[in-house]
Amino acid sequence: MSQKSNYKLMRGNTVVGEAAVQAGCTCYFGYPITPQNQLPEYMSRRLTEVKDGIFIQSESELSAINMVLGASVAGARVMTSSSSPGISLKQEGISFLCGCELPAVIVNMVRGGPGLGNISPAQSDYFQATRGGGHGDYRVVVLAPASCQEIADLTMEAFDIADYYRNPVLILADGMLGQMMEPVTFENYTPRQIPEKDYVLDGAKGRPSRINLSLILNPQQMEDHNWKLMRKYKTIERNETRYEEFMMDDAKLAVVAYGTAARIAKGAVKRARSDGMKVGLIRPITLWPFPSDIIRKRASKTDLFFVFEMSAGQMVDDVRLALEGRSEVYFHGRPGGIIPTPVEVLRIISRQYYQKELGE
Amino acid sequence: MKKVYARPKLLKDASMHYCPGCGHSIVTKLIAEIIEEMGLADRSVCVPPAGCAVLTYNYLDIDTSEAAHGRACAVATGIKRVLPDRMVFTYQGDGDMAAIGTAETIHAANRGERFTTIFINNAVYGMTGGQMAPTTLVGQKTTTSPHGRSVQNEGAPIPISEMIAILDGAVYIERTTVTSVSAVRNTKRAIKKAFTAQMDNLGFTLVEVLSPCPTNWKMNPLKSCQWIDEEMTQVYPLGVLKDETSGAPDREVANAD
Amino acid sequence: MKARIEIDSEACKGCLYCVETCPKKMIAVDDTLNAKGYYPARFDDNDRNDCTGCIMCAIMCPEAAIEVYRESKK
Repeated sequence: MSQKSNYKLMRGNTVVGEAAVQAGCTCYFGYPITPQNQLPEYMSRRLTEVKDGIFIQSESELSAINMVLGASVAGARVMTSSSSPGISLKQEGISFLCGCELPAVIVNMVRGGPGLGNISPAQSDYFQATRGGGHGDYRVVVLAPASCQEIADLTMEAFDIADYYRNPVLILADGMLGQMMEPVTFENYTPRQIPEKDYVLDGAKGRPSRINLSLILNPQQMEDHNWKLMRKYKTIERNETRYEEFMMDDAKLAVVAYGTAARIAKGAVKRARSDGMKVGLIRPITLWPFPSDIIRKRASKTDLFFVFEMSAGQMVDDVRLALEGRSEVYFHGRPGGIIPTPVEVLRIISRQYYQKELGE
Repeated sequence: MKKVYARPKLLKDASMHYCPGCGHSIVTKLIAEIIEEMGLADRSVCVPPAGCAVLTYNYLDIDTSEAAHGRACAVATGIKRVLPDRMVFTYQGDGDMAAIGTAETIHAANRGERFTTIFINNAVYGMTGGQMAPTTLVGQKTTTSPHGRSVQNEGAPIPISEMIAILDGAVYIERTTVTSVSAVRNTKRAIKKAFTAQMDNLGFTLVEVLSPCPTNWKMNPLKSCQWIDEEMTQVYPLGVLKDETSGAPDREVANAD
Repeated sequence: MKARIEIDSEACKGCLYCVETCPKKMIAVDDTLNAKGYYPARFDDNDRNDCTGCIMCAIMCPEAAIEVYRESKK
């Protein structure tokens, strides 16, 4: 039996759902919003087949994230999803999850914004995802898949990361990844060892009662708590940073892009190479923690970092921060839900490459 | 001599921070008594509000989860769905339940979530310094209705419990108070009945307790009790708003197994 | 003595619910402040032995500061 028989052609939104179930997720709470509706619809059917499966279409994204908090503190693997405006509504809940140190998986299929925006794919929620998004000093682990297979792998891993560090994990995809169909297998992923959940509130039987809170009125204790969170985030930075390099060995110009933009950029890079340009691609897979080290390292040989995003420019800030002036940065972006073609991106890459005489 | 009344075991040693005469103290004490009497101490989970009662976890010795302001009914939904055989209750004030939390409260009740909401109605936002609440009475002066609540500007006090009573998912709703011994005994009976209905898996249960807030009403505790008896009960009459606990069909549990 | 109560005067906040409630009027207000700055309630039995152990004071007390003792029936 060939390995190919374990592959199914599935839509990105549905892949998230199946991967979650495979990873042991038993709870899903969410609210309809385009372009991710196939996910709650799938979960509403799939969770009836799962032992202790719970699906609620909540009255809003706001109540969904709070149901997530409840299910998480009760010990279940739980997920919610939405798209940009709904993720804005969840920010308070995400801050609470981080303050309480509770695991959860949150999925954002980004669409054009700001405000009601449109339903086209975009990457304009990078700041919201990586800069916390809600109030307070906290971080959320942000995973950026660029294919349906990666959606499957990263979704399964997201639950382990969330449980391992007791922190929410956000999967930042977009409307295109959510809608596209590609062959997927759920047998790629090997689960991690997770510590016992000693914070669960399930009735104080045979143990002292527990409290789940993020309210710490004493400022010194609050400061201590914040530094504790920061130490956790440092550990995550050391252990979980991930990226992909494509044709970077002798690249004079490095395209930096993630998700759908990286797929488009890959097409541009391949064409650029066949035109004789020394161009490569660095694709961050974790957006937080951001792969600053590899960008800094490549600056010694790479003269120009060409940041390409489907937004007005958000990740470009992190690239500049990583480089600390070591190399030049050029930004090309298309906000509002425009999906550029590889040829368009290639044109701009070529212009930069030759104007800056990178081939010499 | 035999001790015939002792401080409830499930009340932690910490002295409660509430003002003299506050209804929160009385109800918290009742909850401690009830959970102990019903043998539910190791199977209870409480979700307190944002508000004066945010520190309930310092007083009740049971598993307790904080929730964001207004979201207790959503958090309780998550907990009870995952742990259907535990006794789960929210403990909320007027703002938490009937302003910022209105959607979560109504929809949890509509889904017939099997948890109990204890609603402390003191017609004002206590912890934040006495601002107007959705249940503030017409003419009542608060820090954000300094000339007295006016129907034209602020609307009338919202009958949230009556609104919830319309929903099929809510099976038992009673409004009580704590202004006298018989009232306190009645509140205890009502909360016990609500917890029992929950453990019998009947549906959403709600006990609204008209509660004195002497500090923000700018009255002494005894006068506050009088104000409840004479004024608040005109707008929020005491009694059973809904009771389908006897002979109610045992509803199918919503989760698949 | 048929019954008596013990009031934790440091826990008392002087709300007067017990004073008002006691059917035998056996609870008075102490004229010495407690550490929190309240005039606490004080059991005032005055050798009258009137306390029946009805526990109404304890029921009303918001602080659960009153414990009640009663002679067991023979």
